[in-house]
Amino acid sequence: MLKRNWFLIIITLFLALLPCTESRFYIFLGTDILIMGLFAVSLNLLLGYTGLVSFGQAAYFGIGAYTCALLMKKAAVVFPLAFVAAALAGAIGALLIGFFCIRLTKIYFSMLTLAFSQIVWAIVFKWNSLTGGDTGLIGINFPQYLDSSTRFYYFTLGVVVVSLYILGKVVGSPFGRILATIRENPERTEFIGINVKLFQLIAFMISGFFAGISGALFGIFNHSLFPDLLYWPMSAEVLIMSILGGMYNFLGPAVGAAVMLYLRMLVTSYTQYWPLIMGTILALLLFFFPGGIVGFLKSQRIFAKGKR
Amino acid sequence: MILTVEKVKKSFDGFIAVNGVSLAIPKGEIWAIIGPNGAGKTTLFNLITGHIRVNEGKLTFKGIDITRMPPHQICRLGMGRSFQRTNIFPRLTVFQNIQAAVLAHRGKSFNFFKPVDSFFRDETRALIERVGLKDYGETVSGTISYGFQKQLELGIALASEPELLLLDEPTAGMSVKETHQTMELIGRIIREKGLSLLFTEHDMEVVFSIAETVMVLHQGRLIAEGSPAEIRGNLDVQKVYLGETR
Amino acid sequence: MNLPDPSFLIIQSLSGLTYAMFLFLIASGLSLIFGILRVLNFAHGSLYMVGAYLTYSFVSLFINAPGQFWWAVILASVSVALIGGIIERFFLSRLYIREELSQLLFTYALVLIIGDFAKVIWGTGQLSISRPPILKGAIQIFGQYFPEYNIFIILIGLGIAFIFWLILNRTRWGRIIRAAALDREMLGSLGVNVSRLFTLVFIIGAWLAGLGGALVAPIAAIVPGMDVEIIINVFIVVVIGGLGSFWGTLLGALVLGQVISFGILILPRLAIVFIYVLMAVVLIIRPWGLLGKPLQR
Repeated sequence: MLKRNWFLIIITLFLALLPCTESRFYIFLGTDILIMGLFAVSLNLLLGYTGLVSFGQAAYFGIGAYTCALLMKKAAVVFPLAFVAAALAGAIGALLIGFFCIRLTKIYFSMLTLAFSQIVWAIVFKWNSLTGGDTGLIGINFPQYLDSSTRFYYFTLGVVVVSLYILGKVVGSPFGRILATIRENPERTEFIGINVKLFQLIAFMISGFFAGISGALFGIFNHSLFPDLLYWPMSAEVLIMSILGGMYNFLGPAVGAAVMLYLRMLVTSYTQYWPLIMGTILALLLFFFPGGIVGFLKSQRIFAKGKR
Repeated sequence: MILTVEKVKKSFDGFIAVNGVSLAIPKGEIWAIIGPNGAGKTTLFNLITGHIRVNEGKLTFKGIDITRMPPHQICRLGMGRSFQRTNIFPRLTVFQNIQAAVLAHRGKSFNFFKPVDSFFRDETRALIERVGLKDYGETVSGTISYGFQKQLELGIALASEPELLLLDEPTAGMSVKETHQTMELIGRIIREKGLSLLFTEHDMEVVFSIAETVMVLHQGRLIAEGSPAEIRGNLDVQKVYLGETR
Repeated sequence: MNLPDPSFLIIQSLSGLTYAMFLFLIASGLSLIFGILRVLNFAHGSLYMVGAYLTYSFVSLFINAPGQFWWAVILASVSVALIGGIIERFFLSRLYIREELSQLLFTYALVLIIGDFAKVIWGTGQLSISRPPILKGAIQIFGQYFPEYNIFIILIGLGIAFIFWLILNRTRWGRIIRAAALDREMLGSLGVNVSRLFTLVFIIGAWLAGLGGALVAPIAAIVPGMDVEIIINVFIVVVIGGLGSFWGTLLGALVLGQVISFGILILPRLAIVFIYVLMAVVLIIRPWGLLGKPLQR
């Protein structure tokens, strides 16, 4: 138990000191990893903890991103408000979409999440006047007090650390335990007195909330937004990050995000065939490392036995 | 009466699984439902616990109409159940399995921020001991033996402090010794807590040893109801069971 | 608003019908695989794409040979069938004991891998081949011209639908396949070699996708991205028609074909939103599609 906490402290220190390298490149990569890491962990609340395979998480990411950016750009809303609005928009989107999706199971559930996600994409794609459609929403500036890459990096670090802390608490709470029982056996969970659909919906909303936060951060970080961040391969990518890192572990998906983004950066500097590499890694993962990176490391007893 | 079933009918795609079954179980009694495979016993259970909807008929539990109630509400009213195929939470430990049920029962499941491990430790341990799994608390429940899993199932059902227990083939797949132990355990718990019990079984010895009233289901219909001795002597029942030995 | 010319509407409808046939070919393969193997093959669009690319290669290989297109179609579709067989036999089958998500993700991994392999082999540019000489012309329908090749596609599509219906309903193998869709576990105890059946089913499904790709080669742009573009529409087809239902797939394809064909005319901006809304609505109101079997419970 202690070993694991030390490890976390070291990582956090490392992340906090990253900007000291004065390398714009690493600050950039670090911000990207933090944002996607939070996104992946939020997805995993549904995937790994509740057993809901959602193919449409990009929807809440995109809703958050566009809400924050549009409020700031078109309605001159100050960043803190826009940011909170983005998170709430993500949660509300998840509530609306989740309400319909949880009535289905398995592949039908997944397909409906995909359908809704594509609807959101199509709306954003076509609503040129509002979102800029295919040409994108550009010129999203850093907010007033965060007007440098370094400052924004620290802001992101802070937001992500706090968000992960909250999510960690939720996952380790009685609510989180009930989510696990729902994953293990929804029928049985009904008959210990739990309104399974209600719990699933709440999980959906929490997931959407934090996906919205990561989306908002992403929009500013990228200084522009294009509809393809809502297209289904984005949902697939974050799903793969979760599994790469290990979906039965809380921070696994964040590890997966870090590894994937780092690898992508490496590979794309040599070749354009990143999808081929990603596909191969995914396949190898599925055949040989079902527990993901963290699962593998745990089985090698590199970490002390942590709680689940 | 703790449970009344009135003329309940259920059909699937034209196939009538339960055909106008009525029964009334007084509080504190032990009733058994027997019948050949496919007679509709599990379907009847699923109707009572709300997992599937009746087409016709009425269900009353503790005087409350539960005909249209969802399973989780019925459970909260005081019904507990075990399932035919073992229904536990395989990747969680034995302790976590039972603790989850206690959490749900005591209404603490909407707690989002306190670490879960500190909740109801004593109550959970007591339940683990009561169902005879004292040394297995920290074992992952998917890895324990089948018999122990059934005991765990009983523990989960008991955690909801039910007044009526529905057990679907509690000794299925068990050896003679395990069967004895399980039935003894169940009997003890029933007496201690004054619970009512409704169970299904294929093992006639088990049925005749603890049931006060036995009902016989055949092709969705109740064809006989009475004390074990009366049922044993019933010709219709014998006809139905011709060829079924146990 | 001017009322469009009725002959124009007919042509538009026939275009929708043509597209529907391609959707049907691919979707029936997908539906078959899902019905029996319970795997939603994301890579089905990729197999379609490979079919198109291979047809291009074979046509280039047999340049100036008589009947080059037809030979290319046969060889390409059979090659894709073989690729499908290899995928199932040596890779996918090893994942059957794992949960469904693993199988699904593997098919997605294939999408990525096959997609890039296609780029490596055939480059990223747009390729095309011309229609076979016999079907180069167009016929007049109510005063408008409609390509003969497209008529051919419509006929072939319906022909294959009919043949499959025959096989499914009148042959022993067809009965086994229908039984497998209903209850896989039973089949093993009936003496059927289940793993061989699975491979066979996957091969047939792949062949259908490859055939679709081969036949589309002369009338569509053969480009990277055609795999991703088609698979989403195929999903919509099987959702509307019902996963695992044969007639449902045909019906779904016909419906979507017309919706896309006319949607783009009537409401170009909303057409693309509409097809996804249609998918969602079907899943919400009737998840098992128009002709599928209601879900258990």
